[in-house]
Amino acid sequence: MEKKTFNHTFENGLTLLAEHMPHVRSATANIIVPAGYIYDPTNMPGISSVLSEMILRGAGKNSSKELSLAMDGIGLDRSCSAGTNHIRLWGATISRNLEKTIDFFADIILRPQLPKADVESVKMLAAQEIMAIEDDPKQKVLIALKKNHFPSPLGNDRRGTLDGLKNITHDAITKFWKKHFRPNGTIISVAGNIDWPSLKTQVERLFGKWKETPDPILKLAPGKGGISHIAKETQQVQIGIAYPSVTYDHKDFYSAIGAVNVLSGGMSSRLFTEVREKRGLCYSVWATHQNFKELAAIICYAGTTTEMAQETLDVILKQITNLTKGIKEDEVKRLKIGLKSSILIQEESSSARAGSIAVDWYYLGRIRPLEEVQKSIDSITTKSILNHVKQFNPKEFTIVTLGSRQLKHGK
Amino acid sequence: MIFHQQQCPNGLTIIGEVIPEARSAAVGFFVRTGSRDETIEESGVSHFLEHMMFKGSKKRDAAQVNKDFDKIGANYNAFTSEENTVYYASTLPEYHLAATEILADILRPSLRSADFEMEKKVIIEEIGMYEDNPGWMVFDHARKLFFADHPLGNSVLGSNQSIMDLKRDQMVDYFQRRYIPSNITLVASGNFEWNKFLKNAEKLTTNWKHGIARRDHIRQTSGSGEFKLLEKKTTTQQNVVMICPGPPAASPLRYAANLFAMILGDQSGSRLYWSLVDNGLAESADCSFHEYDGAGAFYTSFSCDPQKTAKNLDIVIKQIHELIAKGITEQELEQAKSKVLSRIVRAGEKTMNRLQEVGMSWVYLRRYKSVDEEMQTFEKVNLRQIQQLIERYPLLRLTTTTMGPLAKLKMPLIPKQPKVSTSQHS
Repeated sequence: MEKKTFNHTFENGLTLLAEHMPHVRSATANIIVPAGYIYDPTNMPGISSVLSEMILRGAGKNSSKELSLAMDGIGLDRSCSAGTNHIRLWGATISRNLEKTIDFFADIILRPQLPKADVESVKMLAAQEIMAIEDDPKQKVLIALKKNHFPSPLGNDRRGTLDGLKNITHDAITKFWKKHFRPNGTIISVAGNIDWPSLKTQVERLFGKWKETPDPILKLAPGKGGISHIAKETQQVQIGIAYPSVTYDHKDFYSAIGAVNVLSGGMSSRLFTEVREKRGLCYSVWATHQNFKELAAIICYAGTTTEMAQETLDVILKQITNLTKGIKEDEVKRLKIGLKSSILIQEESSSARAGSIAVDWYYLGRIRPLEEVQKSIDSITTKSILNHVKQFNPKEFTIVTLGSRQLKHGK
Repeated sequence: MIFHQQQCPNGLTIIGEVIPEARSAAVGFFVRTGSRDETIEESGVSHFLEHMMFKGSKKRDAAQVNKDFDKIGANYNAFTSEENTVYYASTLPEYHLAATEILADILRPSLRSADFEMEKKVIIEEIGMYEDNPGWMVFDHARKLFFADHPLGNSVLGSNQSIMDLKRDQMVDYFQRRYIPSNITLVASGNFEWNKFLKNAEKLTTNWKHGIARRDHIRQTSGSGEFKLLEKKTTTQQNVVMICPGPPAASPLRYAANLFAMILGDQSGSRLYWSLVDNGLAESADCSFHEYDGAGAFYTSFSCDPQKTAKNLDIVIKQIHELIAKGITEQELEQAKSKVLSRIVRAGEKTMNRLQEVGMSWVYLRRYKSVDEEMQTFEKVNLRQIQQLIERYPLLRLTTTTMGPLAKLKMPLIPKQPKVSTSQHS
């Protein structure tokens, strides 16, 4: 069979990954640079986000306008944003424009102009983005939940704070870029109808001379956990719940995924059935697995009118703790088919594949073949899920609510 | 890609686009009905009924519907707009027939009273969710202000009151009036066998009763032209939506309209991007073209620091004025085309997207276009067509709605529609 995935790590530590998808006409390039918000200096939260916008404003010989025009000219849809560990530059277009895309990306990463004149506008944009959270109660509760549950700086919000923005100067942005944009820890992943040898040659030519620098040391301070409430006059109460789970590289990872899918896999899963279908308590209720390298959690969310909120919280918590009482055979059957379908259908999207192979590499140091993922899904059983939820039965929840009434949670 | 179509004796149209290299297959029922087809008394019934479909049929109760979809790993859902209600599922190819069977079954719902009352609560929750989201609410108000007494201004969700007041009998009546085979198109896209699919689908729908579903009041509108400030003290950003008339879905100018919207307000490299977002005056700005049965509109929107609202309104008006007065450049048009073509290619790789494209094209135009044909049509758009669009539609006849903390705001004076320049014709 034709080889499907490729990887190469260059001498300076830069890793190039690719997946060959002969059945598609699109191509996606994805670069993650280890300059995420966890590296924001404590007095400048939000600087990685500001930098992620600044690097698009002119690079190499192209001014901001020229660069934008040139990328539009090849139909390149792109975005650049700061995540936990990385700044991620993403672009998708048709296959024949992939080479040009990588040329532009090399300029953006290695030779951004970081124009001083743009700093104020970019900061204004960043401030408005922070303000906009106030108008989006769901977003606000999830940000607060993350902050309370996870150790700092993992639980920080990428947007930073209004106070932090004030301290961000052109100098600070340049310094942050110089310090954190480095080949070791950077992953370039490409998916589409690609030619590996020429891709590798191009990346080596463009990024080969990029100088390695030592990894920064990161100290984690535990999150405060507990229960808190944000008072706000709204129609609905927003509820966020978090509790620990296992990470991507853990041997029980797929049991944990099984468990969260019993709770919130499809519309026949327990949360949707018990909270919405049987009781009509809310429109939106879900649970998902959130992963960091160091730790992971299950995050649950529901939004419900004030009168229904207490019952909603009680029912959700009961469903979580009830997992240890037993998992049904048909529940597992359904969630396995759901997981398998989404893995196979992902093959239709170069964008999804470029993202997936980078995630694999970052957490596992390798790309898992499709057969391995399928096997892992096959290995999920009622017993494996039950063992897992018994072992990781949450003793404490981090809970954040937002709305016009505070809720009770007796332990 | 191979296209097939078939008309059943009861009036149902079945169409399919076979893409052998796809990893999945999608199927959907496109019902030509929505809030514009409701009477005042039944406001919100289209969307409420869409929820009720998943509550089951004679054969399945609600839990069984969910289980049966999940059993085949289906990615399934439904949506309701002003004029369409669509039920869809995508699965691995081996489950395509099973997905079709479940969808066909639930499209003849039992509408049980107990389910009706329970789901009412969920709809009220959904309305509450949107009410807490000013970025969404402002669009609902804006549409109502623009369309005024035109049925396209009807709210899709309805109000708390209209939902509370709604009786099961009214829903049954609406269902019988609107869910008639001749008003429904069954669409499939992706990796499936047409003959098997067709035979299966015909069998499943053969008992659906023949009839005629009419849609009244199909007409264009240039909008009320009004200005409305909605004060909402609890919010921090000011949201603005400006609507002006555009071509209807069946107009050949729809392609020019899409490109025009992109040139004015795409998120990258557009006129609004450079005049509002790049300099930080607004957090976001956008223009999109919405096409309807017999009418069309451009929605231009932005959100910003309340203090900058007046200035930003002025900038948007100037930008539109300039587009009309001076036209666009050849380079801008080519730019917009590159973006559209790349997006069409990428969207075309997902069967779920193709299902929407193929389905909507049929519902509105009774026409099939492959990905390549769609691209060619966009490629052929020239400056003359953009000019025609500008000449034919009063793009400066703006209906403006804004929501946010501002208690006072004066709408800037809108200049007269300038004489359209023809200097840039090549």
